[in-house]
Amino acid sequence: MAYKDEQLNEEKVFKDPVHRYIHVRDRVIWDLIATPEFQRLRRIKQLGTTNLTFHGAEHSRFNHSLGVYEIVRRIIYNFKDRAHWNNDERLLCLCAALLHDLGHGPFSHSFEKVFKLDHEYFTQQIILGDTYVHGILERVRPGFAQDVADVIGKTYSDKLVVSLISSQIDADRMDYLQRDAYFTGVSYGHFDMERILRVMRPTEDQVVIKSSGMHAVEDYIMSRYQMYWQVYFHPVTRSAEVILSKILHRAKDLYENNYEFKLKPTHFLSFFSGDVSLAEYLKLDEGIVHYYFQLWQEEDDFILRDLCERFINRRLFKYVEFNPNKQMNEWMKLHKLFQEIGIDPEYYLVVDSSSDLPYDFYRPGEEEERLPIHLLMPGGGLKELSRHSDIVESISGKKRTDHKLYFPKDILENIEDQKKAKEIKEILYGQGDVFDAK
Amino acid sequence: MLNNHAKLMQFFLEAKEVTGRKKLQKMVYILQSLGVPFEEKYQFHFYGPYSEELSLRMEELCNLGFVQEEKEEKSNYYQYHYRITNDGLQFLDQFALDMPNYQEQVGKLNGKSARFLELVSTMLYFHELPRAEVEEKIHTVKPKQKYSDEEINEAWQFIDELKQGLLQ
Repeated sequence: MAYKDEQLNEEKVFKDPVHRYIHVRDRVIWDLIATPEFQRLRRIKQLGTTNLTFHGAEHSRFNHSLGVYEIVRRIIYNFKDRAHWNNDERLLCLCAALLHDLGHGPFSHSFEKVFKLDHEYFTQQIILGDTYVHGILERVRPGFAQDVADVIGKTYSDKLVVSLISSQIDADRMDYLQRDAYFTGVSYGHFDMERILRVMRPTEDQVVIKSSGMHAVEDYIMSRYQMYWQVYFHPVTRSAEVILSKILHRAKDLYENNYEFKLKPTHFLSFFSGDVSLAEYLKLDEGIVHYYFQLWQEEDDFILRDLCERFINRRLFKYVEFNPNKQMNEWMKLHKLFQEIGIDPEYYLVVDSSSDLPYDFYRPGEEEERLPIHLLMPGGGLKELSRHSDIVESISGKKRTDHKLYFPKDILENIEDQKKAKEIKEILYGQGDVFDAK
Repeated sequence: MLNNHAKLMQFFLEAKEVTGRKKLQKMVYILQSLGVPFEEKYQFHFYGPYSEELSLRMEELCNLGFVQEEKEEKSNYYQYHYRITNDGLQFLDQFALDMPNYQEQVGKLNGKSARFLELVSTMLYFHELPRAEVEEKIHTVKPKQKYSDEEINEAWQFIDELKQGLLQ
């Protein structure tokens, strides 16, 4: 029997708190899960620093990847006798679903910003490079690895296949919303996925939703909206992300200025120099990052030491709301005052904007900007969701951006120059409430 | 701090007005591909390179009153017009940005249709492939757009013009 058709003697299942069971029968999928590149995802948390806010959020990219695979498996099962669905694409869809996040590194959002990396690039590299994953995919047939990479990169010719893995109502989002809600312990983020799967319909180039299922999709959109504000954009998590980014910046700056680290930061050297090989990228996981942060608490450099100590011990920055239109003068004054009292504003006075975060809302958008969710109407026509749903229409286009100014309140409490300390506090605290990152 | 916002404001200062979100997305992507240091992260989507980060940053600039967004209802969709405001100009004054002069390129891009810019940005997205493969890829990922050979040739020429202008 050809490798692509090989089935396990009996079905394997992974117990899963979100989907109850994840079912595997294909030998290819089973072999992919066993690769070192996929097992590495166990050591990378799905939500990065969110566990400092919601202590349950310790789940990994491994859990999520299996979840996305399971959702796609169920969708395909529902599609198998429907028009427009080509069951020859089944294994391709399952592999792409399983491997879609393979290139994520530890705290990947901060790493990408500071070191100018792109996890999608590394996903492609792992699938196409000299790896165990590549070997398995090419055993299916020559060129199969490239097809999987194209589906994940959204450049595959069959847009229906792409839309299962990546669209505004795809398996990726349906898994992470439910999984993140489960592990953070919040009560929003739930929706009736079984119903959505039942009303999904394949068309020539996208998955659409039978109009009778609109209310289930409304629930999904609301869950997405609430999760963004309550979990993903949580200001305390953002404080931890700010400190994490500043640690990486500081370490890189020190390296570029020939600073002598007490222990050579071997795992970071290629990141500092901007030339990261795939092998070096794969070596870095959260355990390694935490190890260095522990060590850097003993460094001579005050800023690196202090920021690492804050991150490890969760001594986060406080924040105030900030309006760049009305408060730029105050910000410039603060910047100067921080410099005068010897606190480097580059590291200790940080504006964080909602656009600095990697999550997105549902956007109906303008024609041909990004494909929206389409309802399949009784007559066979398609209608954009917000044109038909009052609920979705009402939360589309609302103000949903913000900016916060983060600073170390504890340092400000101990400034010797009382006059300057007073000035700083008046500017910061005169703006309204100071929020503790607790 | 807010440097990426300021870079976009400078873009609007050069462009005067941009009509269409899709066009805006592609203009910024094309400039970025040619080396103008915009930092918005792009991914390939149904209509070519798209940046959610840019969409959200635009929303922030509009909410802050730095960019004016006008919504125009068309038969099946909305079209948006963007231009910089006085508050936006004042905000921009506070930044000393280190950006190349790309005024001429913005003018050229703004003079083209969203459809053409979708083609150009898609070609640039596959810049690592040989020319023949890029053209093959266009037909694979954009079968419904039915780009003609003339349009593709015009796009290659347009990319060369843009590059030369930036090198001068």
